[in-house]
Amino acid sequence: MSTNKICVVVVSGSLERLQMAAMVASVGAVSGHEAVVFLSMNALSHFVKGADTKAPAEGEMGRLMATKKVPEFKMLFEQAVELGDAKIYPCSMAMDVLGVEQEELEDYLEKATGLTKFLHDAQDGQIWTF
Amino acid sequence: MAENKIVDGRGSFCPGPLMELIAALKSSQVGDVLEVLSTDKGSVNDIPEWINKVGHEYITTTESEGVWHITMKKAK
Repeated sequence: MSTNKICVVVVSGSLERLQMAAMVASVGAVSGHEAVVFLSMNALSHFVKGADTKAPAEGEMGRLMATKKVPEFKMLFEQAVELGDAKIYPCSMAMDVLGVEQEELEDYLEKATGLTKFLHDAQDGQIWTF
Repeated sequence: MAENKIVDGRGSFCPGPLMELIAALKSSQVGDVLEVLSTDKGSVNDIPEWINKVGHEYITTTESEGVWHITMKKAK
């Protein structure tokens, strides 16, 4: 079994990109990969508790997905942590800009992390950016 | 004693049925046989791939009236 590390950087707040990031992280995390997810920019606000998780669609696929029983991206991220080897880090800079504290974020997220630590974690892994 | 379990992933899209199977495996014993029901074609290719990759025992895939039945045994 592969033990490659998969690092997923999520910056977009669009449904298609959040969905694809969640799929890579969750399937990777339950398939013998260590998954490290870094949430920044427009992605982070979806992980504030009670936030509207209806991410806007970029195109036809996103609009179609919203009408079908596609697993919600937040559920997939949570399953990545619960069922697999995933850790999800909120970006400390994005938290500062949004003005949110750790306890306002979903409980399955790790403590806020800066780029220095993330880049250190990522240096021996694949990097996927959404 | 080994059990047989049905994991109903019908109607869900990739990777929903796979994640449901993995959740069911967490609460299963070695030797249990799990049968995933899926209407998603992507999952029909992906689930056996996952079973083999992580080292469980893949048994069969059959199709009946638009529903695929993927059967495996928990090996560890």
